Parts: sequence; C-alpha cells; structure tokens
Amino acid sequence: MPKWITQVGCPYCGASCDDLEVLVSDDGKRVLETRNACAIGNEIFHHAQSPSRPKRPRMRQPDGSMKEVSYDEAIDYTAKTLLAAKKPLIYGFGSTNCEGMSAVARVAEKGGAVLDNCASICHGPSFLAIFDNGYPSCTLGEVKNRADVVVFWGCNPMHAHPRHTSRYSIFPRGTFTAKGQMTRTIISVDPRETDTAKLADHHLMVKQGHDYDLFDAFRTVIRGHDIPDEVAGIPKKTIVDAAKVMKNARFVMIFFGMGCTHTDGRNHNVDIAISLTRDLNAYTKASIMAMRGHYNIAGPGQVWSWQFGFPYCIDLSKGTHAHMNPGETSSIDLAMRGEVDCFVNVGTDAGAHFPIRAVEQLKKHPFITVDPNICMASEISDLHIPVRVVGVEEPGVVYRMDNVPIQFKKVVDGPEGVPSDEELFDRVYERMCELTETEPIWLLAKDHAKAATNAEQ
Amino acid sequence: MAQITLKPTKVPELYLEGYNITPDAFAGKSLMEIADLDAHEGKIKVKLGDYFEIAGQSGDTAEETAINIDGDCSRIKYIGNKMSAGSITINGNADMYVGGWMKGGKIHVMGNVDSFCGIAMEGGEIVVEGNAQNHVGCAYRGDWRGMRGGTIRIKGSAGNDIGTFMLGGTIIIEKDAFIHVSTHAEGGTVVIKGNVQGRVGGQMVKGDIYVLGSVQYMLPGFKKVGSVEQKIDGTEATFTHYIGDLGERHPKSKGKEVYANLYVQEA
Repeated sequence: MPKWITQVGCPYCGASCDDLEVLVSDDGKRVLETRNACAIGNEIFHHAQSPSRPKRPRMRQPDGSMKEVSYDEAIDYTAKTLLAAKKPLIYGFGSTNCEGMSAVARVAEKGGAVLDNCASICHGPSFLAIFDNGYPSCTLGEVKNRADVVVFWGCNPMHAHPRHTSRYSIFPRGTFTAKGQMTRTIISVDPRETDTAKLADHHLMVKQGHDYDLFDAFRTVIRGHDIPDEVAGIPKKTIVDAAKVMKNARFVMIFFGMGCTHTDGRNHNVDIAISLTRDLNAYTKASIMAMRGHYNIAGPGQVWSWQFGFPYCIDLSKGTHAHMNPGETSSIDLAMRGEVDCFVNVGTDAGAHFPIRAVEQLKKHPFITVDPNICMASEISDLHIPVRVVGVEEPGVVYRMDNVPIQFKKVVDGPEGVPSDEELFDRVYERMCELTETEPIWLLAKDHAKAATNAEQ
Repeated sequence: MAQITLKPTKVPELYLEGYNITPDAFAGKSLMEIADLDAHEGKIKVKLGDYFEIAGQSGDTAEETAINIDGDCSRIKYIGNKMSAGSITINGNADMYVGGWMKGGKIHVMGNVDSFCGIAMEGGEIVVEGNAQNHVGCAYRGDWRGMRGGTIRIKGSAGNDIGTFMLGGTIIIEKDAFIHVSTHAEGGTVVIKGNVQGRVGGQMVKGDIYVLGSVQYMLPGFKKVGSVEQKIDGTEATFTHYIGDLGERHPKSKGKEVYANLYVQEA
C-alpha cells in the first residue's frame, strides 16, 4: 500500500510550508502524489524522480565534453582546486539544509575562501539595513493572528510565495483576525499592477526607483509635517490616507522584497522602512519582515553568524579572522573585479542569476557546481557534482523567512551512491586535511558531539 | 621630511592588500625591513618587496615620513589605512579603502580611487585629483559612528553613499554625485559642487550639506525656510535654505528642535 507521509516541509520558497502530505510508493522509492503544495512545490517533489537526473559527477574534458567520474575523483579535484586557488569563492545555499551549510563553512575556512550566499543578490541589502538600524520583526504566526493592516512593498507573494497569503498574510483566520481577509486592509506598493496589487485595498503605484522618497514622505506625514503635492508619482492625499490607515491599525505588518533591495539605494530603502516601522510603534504595534526567497535562505545567515559572526560575504582568506564588507567581499563585485580565482556554486544557479560579465570573469578560472539537477551553472562547469535533494531525499534543519527553524523530513531514498551536501563537503574537508597533513578537527568534533548525543539518549 | 619611493614592479594577479603601506609602518625601518613588511594577495601572505622597488629613506617617526608611490595602484587596496601622520602621494589610481580609518597626515592621489575612500576617517586630509566610486567617507557596515573628522576632497565626481552616518569633518566633491548624501548623518559638512540625482540628507539628524549645482529629486522631508548668502569653499553665492529630514528624530537644544541644513545654490 502506498503511504501518505504528513507534516512534510516544502523545499521551495521562503514561506517553508510544513503542512504538505506526500504519497510514496510501497517500496518507499517514488513520490506518487502531493497534497497542500503549490504548483511549484509539487513539481519539486516530482522533479526529483526524473530519470534524466544525473547520478554521478561529470568532469569537463580537454575536448569540451563532460565525462562521468567517481565521487572520489570529484572530491579530490575539488579539494585540490580550493587549496591551489589564491582566493576561492564559495557561493549559493539557497536550496540546502543548515547541516550542509555548516559543512561547507569548514571547507571555506580550510581553503581560505570567501563564503557567500544568494542573499548577496537578494536580501543582502536587508542585512546591511538591519546592521545599521535594527530589525523590529515578528514571526509569521503573529502576522496571521494579529495583523490587520498588511503592507506588501516591492514584493509579489501571489507569484513568488504562492501560499504566503493563504497561510499567513491575507486570508487566514487567526486569534484576533477571526474574519480572515475581511479583517485585514491590504496595501501594495509596487510600480506594476501585480497580482498581489490586484488583491490589495490600496495600490500605491510608486514611480520606479523612488521608494526611498515615498518612505520619507510617510515618515514626514506621520510626524505631522506637510509634504509636496506629489511624491514618487503618488498624490499627497493618497499618502496621507494610507498613513492614516497604518496609524489607526491595531497591528501593521510590512513585508518587503526585491523591489526595495534591488533598486537604487538598496539597503537604504530597507533602512528607512525599518525607521518607518519604528515610527509607527509610537501609535500602534508595527512589525517588518523580509520576504526571503528560498526555503532555507535564512539558514546561512543563522549558521554562519554563529560560526563566523557574519551572515554573508565572509572573507576567510586571512585565516585569522573573518572580514565582511559587501561592495568588496560580495560575489558579484568579486567576480566583476576579477578578485577570485576559483568558483564553487552550491545549491543554486549562478549561471542563470549572475550578470553575464560576472559569469565570464568566473569562467576564466576553475568553476565547480554542486547541485542535484542540471542547470545553467552545471552546464558551463568544469565539474558538476550531483547531491541528494533536501526536503525530498534528505532531512535537515531549515530556517523559514521569519527565522523560525523547522526540521524538514525526507520522504524517499535518494539515488544510490549519491551523497548529501553535508556528506560531500565533509569528505572534501577530510581530503583537504589529508593533502595539507592537518587534523580534521571539525569532523572529530562532529563525531564527539554525535557520541555525546547518543550517550544522553 | 624623509622620502621613501615605492615603484610598482608587478601587477597582482588578483588584488594586493597593502595594509602596511603607511608612514606609521614605514617609520624607523630600513629599506630591507620595509621590503619585508607583510601584505596579502588572497590567502597568500606576501612581502611588499615582491611588488615594489623601494628606495629612499624613512623618517624616525610617521610624521617625518613621506611615501611616494611612483606608478599605478589600481589593484592595491588599503593604502594609508589607519595612518596617523606623515604623507602618501600616489602617482596613479588606487583601489579601495584609501585612507580608511585614517587619523592624521595627508594622502594625495593623482588618479581615481575606488570605493570606501576615507571610510570611518577620524582626521587628516585626503585629496583625489580624479573620481571616486561609492562610499566616500562613509561608516563601516553596521557602525553608527561614521566619519568623525578630517577633510576629503574629490576633484572629480563620486558615486552613492557619501558621508553615511557622518559625525564630523568635511567632504567636498567638486563635480557630480549620484545618490545618498549624508544619510543618517549627525554632523559634519558635505559640499557637492556639481549636481546630485537625489536622496540628499535622508534620515539626517544634524549637519550641513551644500549643493552648488542642482538636486534632481528633493526628498519630501526637507522644507524650504529661506534664502541665505554664504561663502563655501571659496564660492560666495545665494543659497535656498532647507531644513530636514522632518521624517527623522531630532534632538532639542534650548527647547528648540535642531534640524540638519541643506543649502542649494539659487540659479
């Protein structure tokens, strides 16, 4: 009998839904059906079963073709390449678990690499704003139960986070929001009429690239000052009315996305949004949250902040301390300036996401991709190492967009002989230690921790 | 003043972190000792002597040491980092962090500089004959104590984030600037002699900004209060006086709120 597995986590967007149900075959090897998942989440579970999925590493040959090699060869090549490079860049981690991120961090430390994650081209500016101005945030549960005014600024969850609005932000009925959508006033600030904007009670069609001006206008109005007749393409009356809606709310929730972090000003757009949230708290309760993109992209921020003190753009090349300064140590800047001489792309597709000039620069040096699937990065790589799919074939801890950790399950077994990210990078670390004739201290520490946990149980 | 000349002999494959190229590190050292000072190219620890031909003589103290770099430093970071006295002249371009965390002395760059020039500067003087990239005289990430003193003069144009979290000192951009001037500033003076696109004085608490050209997009938090005659950096003109950022918190002095001032030259 096929079996339904419940409370399964979804390895797609930052909403990290943990209420999926997956029907697996008798032998526990195939996913037959899913319930509760959005179209994209459903596809991830089925895609993992694809017969065309690579199951062995592939190495680029002198004639340009790709040839299957063993995992040992791939691990040896990765270890040697990282050790030989003057300044390797290890980037990615949108789609893997915290265990994998932790293992990669040890490899980066050993290789004197720069360690960066997808936040670099996503919510990295939000980190900078949070460093500068704090983060008055909450959990998605509080949004569901309390928020009666929800602002979506430069984000479109109807497409990017398909179940966000039904689970947390617009439709659900919560403790103090018993009538669901009826209780909530939705404000969308977006230069386009997105599907989220169509759902909103108020849509402020801000002039592209002028979010900062509009935030400043809101703050000025809330402090009781006058503003010009039009700001960022929005009439004064609309701004004053929307400010009134926010001031009179019981709980204002501001969600922001790439519209803030990747238009001119970047971190400053988020910074002033945080200032606005603080201002609103003089009148009511207000909170703010980044619409993180991937199901565990909040993970590297948590894991590496604990390991190194910084969430992203971590330059470990000195060996004695970590240095972080986006603009210098961020992946795109490093690539564009020709500041790195080895690139390892893990659990993401830099080939598709980076500007072409950055990819061209990176391609001048060894280029390695670690990803379960064929993607643009894997196809231009010198080495592609497939791994198990987290959330489908590999369990692990992930952090949801509100930084709540969730234990994800595995539902089926991975392809035979294919390691997880954690296993792969532990082996790379071990090989690097062999090559440099050093003690694999982090593996010993891990064994020690495991033994201690088992003894307790 | 004792003169030391560095002549670049090799272009780094990646970028050289020349954090020891300062009068403070050179003072009282022989040429051999200077050539033996550390630098980094990626994770590889190198010596200054691997990249420069070093001639001349250093002074006994930083104050008596003048460093002259005879060539291009486009791929060298951290020149004049944390220096407290003496001088550095760069006959060419320089990369990031020129005069970063600088406390005193003078840096003169004949070409352009990259980003983070004068980051978290406390004193001294930086003059750049060419253009600067972003973050001139800004704070380090997460630090609310930005530039505290000294003067930065960029004779060309500059990018975004000029004087972020500035507390004191002066920044003069002789041509145009992009966006974000004195964001979050609580002091100091920024003079832009050309045009600025916008976001001038956002979240600014205290301090002064002078724009001798135009501001394409004024922030709504700035209010016109009058017109004043002023002389700034040798230019005497009539300026429209704005106060702001009215959206930001402001301290009170003698019962009156203190605002930041923005002066825009009248056409």
